[in-house]
Amino acid sequence: MDILMNVCRVTLEEGLMYALLAIGVYITYSILDFPDLSVDGTMPMGAIVTAVLIIHGVNPWLCLLITFALGMVCGAVTGLLHVKLNIRPLLCGIIVYTAMLSINLVVLFKGNNGITVASFFRKPTIFNSGIANIFPETWRIVIVALILVVICKLAMDFYLKTKSGLLLRATGDNERYVTMLARDPGYTKILGLAIGNGFAALSGCVIAQQKGSADQQMGVGMVVLGLASVIIGLSIFKKVRFMKPTTMVILGSILYKACLSAALALNLPTEYLKLLMAVLFTLALVFSEKLNGKKRRT
Amino acid sequence: MLELNNIVKIFNAGTVDETTLFNDFSFKVEKGEFVSVIGSNGSGKTTLLNLACGTMKPDDGNIIFNGKDITKLPEHKRAAYIGRVLQDPRMGTCGNLTILENMALADNKNKPFGLGAGVNKKRADHYRTLLETCGMGLENRMNVPVGNLSGGQRQAIALIIASMTDIDLLVLDEHTAALDPKSSETLMKITDKVVKEKNLTTLMVTHNLRFAIEYGTRLVMMHEGHCVMDIKGEEKQNAKVDDLLKVFNEISIESGN
Repeated sequence: MDILMNVCRVTLEEGLMYALLAIGVYITYSILDFPDLSVDGTMPMGAIVTAVLIIHGVNPWLCLLITFALGMVCGAVTGLLHVKLNIRPLLCGIIVYTAMLSINLVVLFKGNNGITVASFFRKPTIFNSGIANIFPETWRIVIVALILVVICKLAMDFYLKTKSGLLLRATGDNERYVTMLARDPGYTKILGLAIGNGFAALSGCVIAQQKGSADQQMGVGMVVLGLASVIIGLSIFKKVRFMKPTTMVILGSILYKACLSAALALNLPTEYLKLLMAVLFTLALVFSEKLNGKKRRT
Repeated sequence: MLELNNIVKIFNAGTVDETTLFNDFSFKVEKGEFVSVIGSNGSGKTTLLNLACGTMKPDDGNIIFNGKDITKLPEHKRAAYIGRVLQDPRMGTCGNLTILENMALADNKNKPFGLGAGVNKKRADHYRTLLETCGMGLENRMNVPVGNLSGGQRQAIALIIASMTDIDLLVLDEHTAALDPKSSETLMKITDKVVKEKNLTTLMVTHNLRFAIEYGTRLVMMHEGHCVMDIKGEEKQNAKVDDLLKVFNEISIESGN
């Protein structure tokens, strides 16, 4: 029984932390209709920058803001490549991701005395300092992650109802409409990609703080993970009235993590994990089309 | 108010398919005119609109709007004072957004899109009054996503949206072409009402010869990048569909179609 409880708790922890990434992917993929591969680079960037900052004694809560801002910069670069240089979305993502591989390594080497894994086990993080101490120790990570996710979700729900948010939704839906509103749709796209990658970096920041370490490897498969969460969440909960898409996406992330945890609990060797992720993603894509009757395989 | 001077427009320049559509083409629209443009496929009607709106840039010549040279101005900047309805009903509105959200966006045209509330509930009554002009009952369906509406309804909303803020020129790009005869008739009546009410200068491209005759103050027929007919006033009032068809057939025979 204890083991089951443990698996559930770890699933919730991971599901919630990766939900931040899923919110970001929701903005780029669902709202902007832009399959953004750069998150594979911005997510570990968030983690690595956080590790380096914490090692140098920066406040862990401040790290959240710093990584979000840096993620926005990376997303803006993806957007600029697409809008100003007319490069196709998938290629923009690949370019930024590839560039980030180097940038992340440089940050790691410079900030961590040349070691490729930055560890900071005894340093204060958002999970073991400040207000985190008032929560029971076993559930601390779940509670702190939940608070963060809820804040981000509410902020996003609020934003999507503002004028700027409405324009963002319009841009993904019908670019010409935005042009006819005397607005440059390119600008809105850059903004959307910036926000999306901000969340990806934020998720990297939180995950690194929970693990107590960060390295380049963390980013592998993040695009698939984010997309799968978004697609699973949106297609399963589509029929639920009054549920906000952001909530669906968060639940999708937890469900996706639950599938992976279940497989591992059933003794699936860890080397098969990414294969399982790919299979689950494919299933999610196929079933979401069956459920919604909508063709879309970008 | 809108002047296209000595326009040159070449498609597929430098390839075997190079076609010169406009060679030293000039065209003028006066303030308050409602110009209907007709012509066969490839005659340059839509290119004319695209040049005016900035969707395409001319290879030579200039475009003057209200005394200002706008030849190099990008499309979205020109949209500040040009309203446009396109042929495809899906293009003039956002299908995923509700009628209310679509109209709120349009209402904010030429103002900053910041972090204020996207939909101002106080303006909803104003939007309802505008939608009532269509007589389609749309004013009671404000929270329905536009994607759930019919093509005719979407075009009507697109028209209301295009003319919602103060614009100097309304551009209609075969806006009735994708609709069934009855819907296009209704839409054309709404168009006429809106244009007259707001006293809008209008440039309309249509394939419907009867619309071109019945509505508007001036009629232009284009063929291979030239205006082959340009009538207004009494001459236009007396024109009949058969007369237009005759000219149409003559030029078609000349060019061997």
